[in-house]
Parts: sequence; C-alpha cells; structure tokens
Amino acid sequence: MNPIARLFRAREAGILVMLVLFVAVVSLIQPRFFSTETLRIVLLAVPLILVAAMGQMMVLVARHVDLSIGSILGFSAIAAGMVFRDHPELPLFVGFAVGVLSGAALGFVNGLVVTVFKLPSIIVTLGTLSLYRGLLFILSGSKQIDPNDIPEPLIRMAQTSPIDIPWIVIIAFGVAFATWLFLTYSQIGRQIYAIGSNPVAAPLRGIRVMPVTILVFTLSGALAGLAGLIYAARFGYVNPGITGVGFEFTVIAAVVIGGVSINGGVGSVLGTVLGVLLLGSVQVALPILGVSGFWQNAIYGGIILIALVIDRTVRQGGLRGLLARGGA
Amino acid sequence: MNSIEKSPMPATTPRVIVREAAAPRPRWQVWLIRPEVVTLLLLVIAAIVATRLSPFFADLGFILESSTYYIEFAIVALVLTIVIISGEIDLSPAAQMALSACLFGTAFKAGAPIPVAMAVSLLSGLIMGAFNGVLVTVLRLPSIIVTIGTLILYRGLAQVLAGDKSISGFPSWFVGIDYRMVGIVPVPVLIFIAASILLGLFLGITIYGRQIYQIGTSEIAAIHAGLRVRRIKMGLFIASGLVSSIAGLMVASRLGSVRYDLATGGELTMVLIVMLGGTYIFGGRGSILGTFLAAWLLVIIATGMTVANIAINAQLTVMGLLLIVSIIATNAIYARSQR
Repeated sequence: MNPIARLFRAREAGILVMLVLFVAVVSLIQPRFFSTETLRIVLLAVPLILVAAMGQMMVLVARHVDLSIGSILGFSAIAAGMVFRDHPELPLFVGFAVGVLSGAALGFVNGLVVTVFKLPSIIVTLGTLSLYRGLLFILSGSKQIDPNDIPEPLIRMAQTSPIDIPWIVIIAFGVAFATWLFLTYSQIGRQIYAIGSNPVAAPLRGIRVMPVTILVFTLSGALAGLAGLIYAARFGYVNPGITGVGFEFTVIAAVVIGGVSINGGVGSVLGTVLGVLLLGSVQVALPILGVSGFWQNAIYGGIILIALVIDRTVRQGGLRGLLARGGA
Repeated sequence: MNSIEKSPMPATTPRVIVREAAAPRPRWQVWLIRPEVVTLLLLVIAAIVATRLSPFFADLGFILESSTYYIEFAIVALVLTIVIISGEIDLSPAAQMALSACLFGTAFKAGAPIPVAMAVSLLSGLIMGAFNGVLVTVLRLPSIIVTIGTLILYRGLAQVLAGDKSISGFPSWFVGIDYRMVGIVPVPVLIFIAASILLGLFLGITIYGRQIYQIGTSEIAAIHAGLRVRRIKMGLFIASGLVSSIAGLMVASRLGSVRYDLATGGELTMVLIVMLGGTYIFGGRGSILGTFLAAWLLVIIATGMTVANIAINAQLTVMGLLLIVSIIATNAIYARSQR
C-alpha cells in the first residue's frame, strides 16, 4: 500500500477531516474565527488538556480508565502553590518537582490498588477522585492560592518564551512528542499496547502486567500534576473547590474523540493530539458563534457518545455489520 | 472487561483430572461470612460509636430526620444494585436527577400545572433511561463509558435548560416532602422502605429477579438458557431513569428549588451505598438487604461526621476511602466463598 493511501485509511485521517470541516464551517459562519489570533487562543487553551490527555491515553490503551486526574491536578496545583506561597525564595523548579512528584505518588496509589486487589479501575478512581479532593481540602485548609502568591516567572510561562511561543505550549507538545517516542520505540511502551489488546495473552508472553500497569497510572498522575502547574501558570490562582473539578471528563472526551478505544490496545499520540485540538477549537468557537457557554458540557457529552458509536461501527466493519450482528 | 475471565484451558493436561468434591462449608459459615453481615456489623459499630460521641444519636427521630439528605440517593441506589447485579453499571442517575428536575422546573415556569410538570419529568426519566439502554443493549457499547458520556450530556442539557439560575416558587403543597411525617418517619424514608421491600421481593422471589442474577453470573450462559438478556437490561436502564426522575422530584420538593448542579457528585454516593452493601462489582451477587443496611450506615457515618464538626469537604476523604475499602472487602469475601 502506498503511503498516501495508508494515510487516508488511518483513524487519524477521520479526526483530521472532522477538525478541518469544523474549522471550515465555523469560519464560513463567522469569518473572524479564521485568524492567527484564534490559533493563538486555541493553542493557549489546549496545553492543560493535552498534557493530561497523554496520561489518560496510556491508561485507556492499557484497558483501564483514570477518573481521578481532575483531583490529582487540583492536589498538585495546591501543593506546588503552597510551596510558592510559603517559600518564595526557592527556585521555580522546586515547585514543578513538588507538583509532578505529588501527582506521580497519587497515580502510583491508584495503580497499586487496581493491580494488587484486581479491582475495576473505574470504581477505584471514582473513590480516589473523592479521596484526593478531600485530601486537598485538608492540605490547603480550604484556602485559595491567590494570584499574588503565584510567582511572576510562572505566569510568564503562559505568555511567552524566547521563541515567542508560550512555554506551556512548548512543554505540552514536548510531552506529546516524548509520549510518542516512549510508546513507539520503548519496550515498555509496546507492552502497554500488548496488555490492553489482550490482558490474558500478555502475561503468557512474559510481560509483567502489574509493574507496567502501575507505571501507566503513575505516569498519568505525574502528567496530571504537570497539568496542575500549567493551570496555575495560565489562570494565576488555585482554588481547592474549583481547580480541576470535572476536568477528567474533558480529558476523556478529548481522548475518545482522538480515536483511543475504551476497549484497550488502540490509540495513538497523533490521534489524541488531533482530538485535543478539535476539543480546543470547539471550546474557542462557541463564544465566537454566540453560543452560550452553558452548551459546552452537553456538546462534550454528545461528542463522547458519537465517538463511541463511530469506534464501535469501525470495529464491527461498518454500520451494516453493527446492526446485523446486534443479535446476541 | 468481562472477556478477561475467559482463561483458556491449559493444553498440557489432556486427561481429565477427577477431583474429590470439596466438603460443603458448614452452614454457619454460609450464613455468617457474607458481605451483608459485615455491613450489619459496621452499622452496629457505627451506631454505638456515634451514640458515644453525641447523645443526639440515641434519638431515632434525629437519625430519621438527618437521613432525608441521603435518602434520595439511597432510593436510586436500590435500582443501581439490580443494575450492577446484572453485570452493567449506570453512572448517570445523578445527572438524570438534575435534568429531570430542571425539566420539571422549566415546565412549571412555562405555566404548566404541577401534575403536568411532574409527568414531563417522569417521562424524561423514562426517555433518558431508554437512551442509555439503547446505547448499551442495541449498539452494545460498554455501559461504564456510555453512562459517563450520558452523565456529561444530561448534566450539560440541564445547564442549557436552566442556565446558572435556580428555579423556585413552587406551590407550598409541593414543597417540603421531608417535613411530612407519618408518626416520626418522614415520607421520603417511608418511600425508601417501601421501595426496598418491593425491590427486595422482586429480586428475591420473582422469576425476573432470579434471571437477573443469572445474567450477571454468566451472560453467555443466560443467552444460551434462552433468557431475554437485552430486554431485561433495557428494562433495568429504564427503571433506573424512572427512579432517578422520582428522586429528582423529591430533591426539588425538599429544597423548594432546582438548579443544574442538583445532586452533583451523587454518582459517588450511590455507588458507595451499593458497594458498602456488599454487591459484587463484577455482577451476579448482591442483595437489596445489603444496600438497605448500607444506606443507614452511610447516614450514620455522614451525620456523625457533621455532628463531630468535620467540614463537608474533608468528608470527601472518608467517602472515597470507604468506597475503596468496601470493594476490597467485598471482593475478599466473595473470593473466600467461591465454589
């Protein structure tokens, strides 16, 4: 098969078509949508989702799901913010280390509980979603990290960098590239796909399922922690009751749109990036089109369901196959 | 995820190994080592600790009164128990409560009389449940992720409908269901008890009830046995939608107003009640009795924490921890009693 034909058969092509169509339609209705300014806004809107989506993608590929990332994001943002507030003399990277490591630790706990007790990750992470949110209220004493406690250099990371593209955008796409390298060329990366596509066969092939699964959850937590710092940089405050609430659903929407199958084993970084960009464009397009922000969640929910049906249809060999075999 | 359990027969043992049947477990073990007993024990311990902490707890009236906040979730949890026993899950009831309550409020604001608005709300519950059911049984998508999608969709639609304002001004006969008493029992508690008995009988002694256990234990076997698996599951999702809209109306009556964020986070509370009651997360085992006991356990724990001045936000920690501990415990018990 020649490369161009292969490109068109790929799942990613479908998402790309959707993205292009969406941008085209919105630009036709409202020409000022098609501008570099919009691109800038979209690019600023996606890093938060993109970083966490890379973690969630790996979790879904391993045939699990992580609902706790919103709370992990909040926890890490609060933890890093408290370091910034209480120890302004420390360099910026200490805050980053605290955020990412605390996220990794919480993710590690998720992975440990899921694998040691062989429990469904959805229920476990529903529990830790609540548990971590409670912990972050206790840690922060229910107090917000105010804008003047967030160090100036961190805020500037969301605005600029030596090459004019904001640091958070560079970091986010850097994380995506690193994830692609990891999943494509490292042995563990390939093992994640193997575990997700056939959890019974994976251990028979000598894959140590438990440590790999724990690693996946830990990475998801660490990336959610990094997203917490991006949140602090971009919004300039961290509130225990607001930061990261419902974030997991946005991320799952982006990942599922990106063609990652919830049945495990299928998913690519490119698809996820496109899914995140599509979601970011929807987010930015709504106010430009004059649609009330109240529609956002309904649209996300609808998109998830449509993506699920499309995923199902593709795997069943088209709509006919889906309906014909619906008899079980 | 169910396909994980189908481990292949080892190819290296061609001859059949005849095993002596294990001795039947003593009767007392069968009766005592089961999750409902653990729930009951925890309930007794929680009650004793709570009365030690505060004399309020010795008063049954106080417990009944403070239960009205959780009882709506407990009512939905009864149906959720049956859904989980059948091997599926529904994470969208809290969002269904919000949307049906907002529809009720919107219809009322548009000038519909209360009974009509209530009918609209109940109908929406049926439709939302049926929509979940179609996605799961006709398109055969996993319920776990479908109901996450519909959770966001339904709550989003409630937001579209009601914006960020609350709708109130319902007539006084509709408001305050939790203040209506029969003796010392508030009406919502009475509804919960009645629903528990009805659903307990349905699950325990009707043919449909037993079929639900069979579906949850092995869906393939159930299909081969000629059970109408898809129809039964469809019915369960519709029932879940209907009971959610009833619960939504009860919240509307209790608060006297509706908002799109009504019952936010309720999915955690409902799953927590079901899991505390010892229902097996992979389906096939569990009981209404367990869920009934677990609802009271949760009421005592939550009220106890409030009486002990633990902030509602910090209580999230305990709830999350309880959920995880309860599934670990239930799994361990079922692993022991595996035949």
